[in-house]
Amino acid sequence: MIFLTVGTQLPFDRLTRAVDDWCAANPSAHVVGQIADPGSEGFRPQHFEWQSFIEPAEFDQRFDEADLIVAHAGMGSIITALTRAKPVLIMPRRANLREHRNDHQLATADRFADRPGVHVAHDEESVGPWLSRLLAMPERGGSPRLSPFASPQLLEAIRAFIQSS
Amino acid sequence: MSESVTKPKRILAIASGGGHWVQLLRMRPAWDGCVPIYVTTQKGYREQVFADARESHQPTPRFYTVLDANRWQKVRLVRQLLQITWILLRERPDFVISTGAAPGFFALKIARRLGARTIWIDSIANAEQLSLSGRKAGPTADLWLTQWSHLAGSIDPERGRPHYEGAVV
Repeated sequence: MIFLTVGTQLPFDRLTRAVDDWCAANPSAHVVGQIADPGSEGFRPQHFEWQSFIEPAEFDQRFDEADLIVAHAGMGSIITALTRAKPVLIMPRRANLREHRNDHQLATADRFADRPGVHVAHDEESVGPWLSRLLAMPERGGSPRLSPFASPQLLEAIRAFIQSS
Repeated sequence: MSESVTKPKRILAIASGGGHWVQLLRMRPAWDGCVPIYVTTQKGYREQVFADARESHQPTPRFYTVLDANRWQKVRLVRQLLQITWILLRERPDFVISTGAAPGFFALKIARRLGARTIWIDSIANAEQLSLSGRKAGPTADLWLTQWSHLAGSIDPERGRPHYEGAVV
């Protein structure tokens, strides 16, 4: 199963539509999506199962069931994929298309592009080809499991501050 | 006097739902041994923090939710501010830690006035410049960290500067 998440705050029609188009061309694919509230004007997928918002418990379950994650380039989605050893295809939101308030997701995508298990679709045209390529790979390209906690250096810095105050 | 030595420290950890929250929880072992109070914008996270406390043999944390609001939703922001003020007055934490965004900014500003020590960890999503809420809340925080080494010291020195001490990933 492929799990699509664009976070909960804003829809991300370019990515959602690209996944829907790919599903139309690949009817045997099983995709589930959290696409945020499309409102009355937004895009509503026709070719995969979706909800606007999935509660954390069900979100976790969907995430665990998936063998590939497709997401906006948000840190919550990326970190969650890495800690569960799920390969993830990310596409950055763009401020000039009113997909976010600024272009920080472009920087995130650039900086995480080299990580094993993280793949970047820079635009909607490359989403479908990426999905087909990853599905053809063993383990969908695989992903090493990230520790559940921050770096020891960061934990120690905070701990030391608390203990010394 | 003995009470002040043995009494566990109270830490209020606050972040909006999604990426800020995911990052905040990755720092949880840093406050093992403290009494944690969690504040976020999604009720569904309650079970997650309780389960984590059970697994890590930590005391059951306090858990609150406040209204979600972005910077353009003024009425919701005011209501969120009032909710956070009430929680801080009720819980009286010794420390407040946040990764962002608006709830963390409010909590740090109010907590300072109540005498708490404050910690701002700028979100790792801000790889090119510090977050807007971090630029506002960071300079008055007692501990101000960025998760990118190239952003450390990038703010006007007169207003202080964030340090780099590693990252959540």
